[in-house]
Amino acid sequence: MSLDLSNYSDLLRALSPEALLTVLALVVLLLVAWRHRTAADLRMAGVATLVTLGATAAAVWWLWWNRAEVEGIASMIAVDDFRFVVDWILLGAAALTVLFSFRYLEREGLLAPEYYPLLLLALLGMMLMAGGEDLMVIFLGLELMSVSVYVLAGFNRRSARSAEAALKYFLLGAFASAFLLYGIALIYGATGTTNLTFIGVQVSSLGIAHLPLLLAGIGLLLVGFGFKVAAVPFHMWAPDVYDGAPTPITGFMATGVKAAAFAALFRVVIEAFGPAAGWSTVIAGLAVATMIGGNVVALAQRSLKRMLAYSSIAHAGYLLVAVTAAGAGSAAFLVYLVAYTLTTLAAFALLAAKGRGGESEVRIDDLAGLAATRPGLALALTIVMLSLLGFPGTAGFIGKWYILVAALGAGHPALAVILVLTSVVSAGYYLPVVMAMYMKPAPGPEAHAGVTLDVPARAALLVSVLGILWIGVAPSRLLDLSRDTVATLHAVRGVSASAPDSTTGPALH
Amino acid sequence: MTYDRWILTALLVWPLAGAASLYLVPPARAKTLALGVSLVEFALSVPLWWRFVPAGGMQFGLDVPWIPGWGIRFHLGLDGISLFLVLLTTFLVPLSVLGSWTYITKRERGFYALLLVLTTGMLGVFVSLDLFLFYVMWEVMLIPMYFIIGIWGGDNRLYAALKFFLYTFVGSLLMLVAILALYLHAAHTTGLYSFDYGFLMRHTADLGPVAFWLFAAFFVAFAIKVPMFPLHTWLPDAHVEAPTAGSVILAGVLLKMGTYGFLRFALPFFPAVALSPGVQAAVVTLSVVGIIYGGLVAMVQPDFKKLVAYSSVAHLGFVMLGIWALTVQSVQGALLVMINHGISTGALFFLAGMLYERRHTRLLDAFGGLARVMPLLAAALTVVSLSSIGLPGTNGFVGEFLILIGAFQRYPLATILATTGVIVAAMYLLPALQKIIYNPLTKSENQKLPDLSWRERLVLLPLLVVILWIGVYPRPFLARMEPAARRLVETVHPQPPAALR
Repeated sequence: MSLDLSNYSDLLRALSPEALLTVLALVVLLLVAWRHRTAADLRMAGVATLVTLGATAAAVWWLWWNRAEVEGIASMIAVDDFRFVVDWILLGAAALTVLFSFRYLEREGLLAPEYYPLLLLALLGMMLMAGGEDLMVIFLGLELMSVSVYVLAGFNRRSARSAEAALKYFLLGAFASAFLLYGIALIYGATGTTNLTFIGVQVSSLGIAHLPLLLAGIGLLLVGFGFKVAAVPFHMWAPDVYDGAPTPITGFMATGVKAAAFAALFRVVIEAFGPAAGWSTVIAGLAVATMIGGNVVALAQRSLKRMLAYSSIAHAGYLLVAVTAAGAGSAAFLVYLVAYTLTTLAAFALLAAKGRGGESEVRIDDLAGLAATRPGLALALTIVMLSLLGFPGTAGFIGKWYILVAALGAGHPALAVILVLTSVVSAGYYLPVVMAMYMKPAPGPEAHAGVTLDVPARAALLVSVLGILWIGVAPSRLLDLSRDTVATLHAVRGVSASAPDSTTGPALH
Repeated sequence: MTYDRWILTALLVWPLAGAASLYLVPPARAKTLALGVSLVEFALSVPLWWRFVPAGGMQFGLDVPWIPGWGIRFHLGLDGISLFLVLLTTFLVPLSVLGSWTYITKRERGFYALLLVLTTGMLGVFVSLDLFLFYVMWEVMLIPMYFIIGIWGGDNRLYAALKFFLYTFVGSLLMLVAILALYLHAAHTTGLYSFDYGFLMRHTADLGPVAFWLFAAFFVAFAIKVPMFPLHTWLPDAHVEAPTAGSVILAGVLLKMGTYGFLRFALPFFPAVALSPGVQAAVVTLSVVGIIYGGLVAMVQPDFKKLVAYSSVAHLGFVMLGIWALTVQSVQGALLVMINHGISTGALFFLAGMLYERRHTRLLDAFGGLARVMPLLAAALTVVSLSSIGLPGTNGFVGEFLILIGAFQRYPLATILATTGVIVAAMYLLPALQKIIYNPLTKSENQKLPDLSWRERLVLLPLLVVILWIGVYPRPFLARMEPAARRLVETVHPQPPAALR
């Protein structure tokens, strides 16, 4: 299916997932405006949200199935497999978040079904970021996502921590958005366009790869993205915000928000910055700082939730390594994103199961003896921790392995070595979780009495854990999919020649 | 023939199926079932001994695609180096199950399931001919061992388990980067993406200066596992804290993975680096230091298990010396010491465990005069100690003798120093033996100790038989090792010095 984006009906077709999501999100909003008093209303809103997610996924699938592509150069929105796959990841993250939220909201007394429309609107912003072919679309998507997530972070109105998290996130996020916008303005000043492909073309044809104005713009843009993905040194907000937000939302932030920001960054880097100078060194520097900073500080955490917050910073560092490897890294990026999303959401869901009201109070040592009373949950959490650690047999290993291949293939052996050494450090905080569950005695017979999961959360957890194992043992399907996906990203744009490294990884042969 | 084609796969799958099946029976039956599973595993592996053709190179091969997009294959094979390690593993596992019979009293099902999963991981390391598969197996065996030490270990088990895990993990991740670099280098040269052992080995010659760093990465991974001085510090902790079966498997099989890695990967992949004067000097020095230092430290240990742990450092120093000397005799000797160490040290750990179960202490000074109350245990301990010292007529002698003969031709000074290690071995094991079973029977707690039960006799008997068999008639072992050793020497060192012939 070939789409001419200057034609409105084709543009609508290209935007059909986003359009459908917008309409259905508004329907859900109306629904909760009409019924918002009881727990049953809340459940109904949750189910409606799941239906919306399913419908949107089907729309994405429809575009993908019809091999939709753009005639000529895309304006505003990209129509390629990279967008579709990232959309699926985002939709999957949202669906798992909803499943984990059902009981959580009831248990915490958050009987406000606005939660779900906000989640959908945040998702809409993310999908626009993942598909944005123009810096303005990316910015609009980012703002839509951010504003919704600010509210979600402070959703637990009775909790001072939650309010603090929301305010902190809002202030620093607004600051970051300003950086981003300023960067966009400078890039526009240097190239005269905000369209990603045209920026790339202008940079090479005008010979302005070293123009200070452009470099300053790129730098500010990277700062803005650095905030959103919580890369060191722009990560200061993340631990407190992750700590204070309701746990399912923390999971959603650590996966969805990060995935969307990374996808946008990837597209910008590959399509627009290809010929510009210096960005890959800057990103490599960010990657090193993030891997070291995230992993080392995580070691010192006693609270499980803060440990997971720092761990997600560390994982942003690994993903930045994939960004540095650009062409070779994009398939690795998708694989890692799938693995990371499944694993992180499962981790936060398990934390939510253990915590009662105050998840931030759950220390790693509080898990002591969990294996004796809740063997299934302990096993699931062990698999999740091993996957975060990147242990063979789990999805995390396949993702890490692929990023290592990409980094070495793109000529960054130092990054690869730092990645593995910081992974060793990460064993120092993932393993104590396993140790506490299996090797320490429970403090009392009733220590884990309240630890249960409801049916939707249990199903979602099962899906996540089986997914982790399946990708870990038989990753061929996912690898092929991501490889083909990235091939379209390069082929359709025709930018692979200008990408900094076109020799690419093995998956691109 | 069907057996030849599927045996290695069967050996890998059977323990996993067995581990799963433990959860289908009542917990009290778990150990019986685990014993059955491991005995079947051993029975399955025994025909390898006869069906193996010494001159036949890699055998029992299986090669099917696993992750085709990356050129990863499920490629297995067995040669004269891995044959004995596989047999050693399948031999020690049923004994470990039997040896844990009364020692493990909590969460039995989990323990035996992990032991069986560990079996798969260990065998996988020895039979993988695809470097991806090898890496996966190398890591897979880490987790069961970590749990075995961490859950069923002694008082300081958490520390020991984490230390064991972190040491191995550092090395293996560096090795992972090196494997990937080899893979990309070969792909860059040929356009083919493959982790195949033979394929990668053919494309290491033109690596240039990178070869040193890749060798270093492999070296660190394997040297930690061996363990070579000064990377050995995880070993005493892990050995002392692990339950009996854990110590036996750790000493018997896991340490051999390091030396196996040198024989299979580090040397054939990077012969020029491995035999460069600097690296040679460093490895030989560290081996000799390990032999003497391990022996001297063992001499002052009050704890029997710790003594045996340090003696492992010394024994493995011999193996490293034999490997690096790269003569046919010394490599054969190294292979034989690897087996011997598994048998003798395994037996010592079983005996230490039996003493511990009776007295709940491992301090040498707590015993004395046991020959009078436990004559069978005393006899077994004597034979095993003598074999560990390397007395002629036992297995220990044959292996160390071959290493010393082989190594003398290349490193005379180092060999002379290493020979003193044999004397040191007598200096730490004989006093220990004296303290435990001779000396006056003064302590009242020791006067009523029961002698070996039937189960314990069953554990020790096979080990004693093998000790004497190798000691008296090593020919069948050496004949099966010789072609593989020769091939290794020729691959790494195309023209051995004339003195060898």
